[in-house]
Amino acid sequence: MPQHTFKVNGKSVTVDAPDDVRLLWILRDILGITGPKYGCGINVCKACTSHINGRAFNPCSVPVGQVGPDDEITTIEGLPATVGKELHPMQEAWLAHDVAQCGYCQPGQIMAAVDLVKKVRKEGRQITNADLDQLRNICRCGTYTRIREAIRDGASKM
Amino acid sequence: MSIDDQTAPAPEESGRRLPEMSRRRLVGYLVAAPTLTVAVRLGLDGVAAPPAEAVVPTLPGAADLFDLSDLLKLAAQPTSNLIALQVTSDGLIHFALPRAEVGQGITTSTSMLIAEEIDAPMSHVRVTLAPARPELLYNQLTGGSNTTFSTYGPIRTAAAIARQRLVKAAAQKWGVPASTLTTRDGYVIRADGARLSYGSLATAAAATTSSATEVHLKSPDQFKVIGTPRNRVDARLSVTGQKTFAMDLKIPGALPTMVCRPPTVNGKVVAVNNAAEVRAMSGVTHVEVIRTGVAVRARTFGQCISAIRALDVTWGPGTIGTKSDADILAEVKRAELPMVVPAVPLLAKTIDTSFTFWFAGNSALETNCAVADVRADSAQIWGSFKSPITAQQRVAELLGMAAGKVKVNVTQGGGSFGRKLFYDAALEAAEASRKMGAPVRLMWHRIDDVRQGRVHPMSTSRVRATVLGTNVLTYEQRHTSVKTDFTHGLGEVITGHSAELPVGDLGWSETVFALSQMTHYNYGVTTQVLNEVDGGFNTGSMRNIYSPNVAVARELTTDQIAKLMKKDPLAFRKEFARDKRSIAVLDRVAAVGGWGRTMPAGTAQGVAIHNEYHGVTACLVEIDCTTPTVTRKVRDAYTGPRVTKVVFAVDVGQVVNPKGLEAQMLGGIMDGIALTLTSSVHLKNGTFLEGSWDNYAYTRQWNVPPVVKVIIMPSTSHEPGGAGELGVAATAAAVAAAYGRAVGKLPTEFPVNHGQPLFFEPKPTVPPVPQSPTNGLTFY
Repeated sequence: MPQHTFKVNGKSVTVDAPDDVRLLWILRDILGITGPKYGCGINVCKACTSHINGRAFNPCSVPVGQVGPDDEITTIEGLPATVGKELHPMQEAWLAHDVAQCGYCQPGQIMAAVDLVKKVRKEGRQITNADLDQLRNICRCGTYTRIREAIRDGASKM
Repeated sequence: MSIDDQTAPAPEESGRRLPEMSRRRLVGYLVAAPTLTVAVRLGLDGVAAPPAEAVVPTLPGAADLFDLSDLLKLAAQPTSNLIALQVTSDGLIHFALPRAEVGQGITTSTSMLIAEEIDAPMSHVRVTLAPARPELLYNQLTGGSNTTFSTYGPIRTAAAIARQRLVKAAAQKWGVPASTLTTRDGYVIRADGARLSYGSLATAAAATTSSATEVHLKSPDQFKVIGTPRNRVDARLSVTGQKTFAMDLKIPGALPTMVCRPPTVNGKVVAVNNAAEVRAMSGVTHVEVIRTGVAVRARTFGQCISAIRALDVTWGPGTIGTKSDADILAEVKRAELPMVVPAVPLLAKTIDTSFTFWFAGNSALETNCAVADVRADSAQIWGSFKSPITAQQRVAELLGMAAGKVKVNVTQGGGSFGRKLFYDAALEAAEASRKMGAPVRLMWHRIDDVRQGRVHPMSTSRVRATVLGTNVLTYEQRHTSVKTDFTHGLGEVITGHSAELPVGDLGWSETVFALSQMTHYNYGVTTQVLNEVDGGFNTGSMRNIYSPNVAVARELTTDQIAKLMKKDPLAFRKEFARDKRSIAVLDRVAAVGGWGRTMPAGTAQGVAIHNEYHGVTACLVEIDCTTPTVTRKVRDAYTGPRVTKVVFAVDVGQVVNPKGLEAQMLGGIMDGIALTLTSSVHLKNGTFLEGSWDNYAYTRQWNVPPVVKVIIMPSTSHEPGGAGELGVAATAAAVAAAYGRAVGKLPTEFPVNHGQPLFFEPKPTVPPVPQSPTNGLTFY
């Protein structure tokens, strides 16, 4: 069976799995990293949103054969370490606004929010309502209003 | 605060003045145990009927006197066993809540109740979810927004007794009268400032023999925790990815398991034509036929998906044949009961309205799922269950075991909205685990959750009102619906107590309807009746059962009556509302929302009220139905009209956690918008066409109102009402009213976009699940 080596949350890992198994299942079912959630498996709901090499992606839609030893994957579990703190400023903002209800989608929401802030900052501008309207992560509890407030707050501290 | 000595209680002197509802001493039990353990029964207190006041008096309906939440509370009284609170030597206060936490915040509010009465920081309180406890009978059902309503008294009683015992233990240790001691932040404090932690007293405070004891609770003006905004106790776990849902559990040997499902609703397996071939696929360990399809167990869920797609199954017909939306609507219409307008003066005018509510999906974000480990003579199940006792009974029946041999563990739930009243995945997991002889971690694919999962039933609501001058003489509402499944135990609650209810000899659904639909306005002779057709569908409630639909019909008709009388919709409601609290919430949303301001063409305001679960609500919305907005483009999405502002006022009586209450209203608002504008499932040839969150258009960020304000009214009673479902109905109705005004036409079907051409390409039914894409590195 093929071996795959890549980095997750700062550590190099090697797994035996067929090339076409999607990364979400490698993370959840084989490595036991369960922060990224399953919500659809077809890159729609965004509950599994994580980062690869510093930008957002959905591991449900990436075969493990497409990643290599130089690829650095960050899940919600590894987000605080990217800023060398106990919690990332976006996680702090989520706590301050008490965003989560059931909490199932929130790891993906936070990873998407961090990515949005970075993207907008690269473009040298502030987050607008239109940017927030583009976020695709679904929240069936309907926490959207607090998500929008937390992202603006978190952005100011990133 | 001073302390009541258990042996010489002096409530007035102690400052523990009691509200009228609980001006008696509350009883709990000291349980003989190594550490301080206190138990109480769930279910206390009586039921008060609001006075009727009328323009043309409307006799109170059943729900006005005694609503669904009262029923659930009553059901708790004679049958319940005890719930226990324990203080351990590390100072922690433990309580296993016999309810399901699915996002509604009850572990947080329960922690607050305990912290309040025991005088300890919330961080010392550990609320876990109790496994199925059959001895609790009806008392372990999370539904009808009943948790806070039915546990408010009992949980505080347990905490207050524990505190009383800790004080007594300290008094004995110090040799001083208990009345000289105070409590704060988890300590008993002596007059000179010396203090003993609860942990250090936990063993001494324990009872050596069990006995009943009495206690007085704090009066609301003494509250330091209840009524103050608190963050969720599980917030940090949520934002760090550590909150553990059923599929995150690491049960040894419980490998991923998924089910290959039929192409039509509830279709049956006739034959599996290539089981051996699929068993030999990479990672696959088992392929077994179960009652609902073909279960596949593999090393990863990805390999389950590949195996399901490779299965060649011959399917038999399901329970609805090849019917489509129009067929079901015709069945519902045939079952509509006639109006029986009483004799009214000849000069009266009649208003007739008729509305259709299409099937809607009640999927949570966490799909149906459960872990099962079935052994030869016992079984263990893990999952989020709102009716775990019924789940335990059904699993036991399926396995041919005594219920006591089946342990049902309740995990944190990733949303419910009615779905987790059922245990469909638990039954499948139990059956698969038995047939495979191995533990399974069974999860539904998203597309299964939409197409074969439970739906909120299609219904129609017809209203006839007669108006004479400035009076409404009669109001009749006939709600006709595909049958709602109540076999999760709510039905047993009701039949078990039907003799005690003011509804006569009605069936379950009719009883729930009668108990949940209050008469909101003084409309003279008022009748509201439900009739159902059994359509062979898998149904369930969806963040309320009938109310959002009934409310949309009522509020739109109310606007028509106001128009006939040439009255402003807000002024009309204030004049005709039966509950004074409705006028207060209407005034608040009108003032904050700027009711009556001039709106540009294609935009409009709407206002509505809804009362339920001892709470009253009002909602004001503004909507933008202009062409540029309605035709705005978002990739793979339905955009449509945009609600631009929501102002929502809520009065639930005693508020436990304003921050949590606001969260529930915010969520309910998003549901109300979706129900009216965007979210339904389309039935075609025996299958629902939607298969993902890009097909089933629940509210997304591009639909979220830029302005949302929730106003929590000052408490009008000392009893907390229900909140989990309360935000939906008034919002759905206000959005419908605003939409009608903006487009200049009364909407008659919901969601309003159901009849438009599909905005997505339906996914195939065979194979039943889509393969995951492979372009995730470039497409986000």
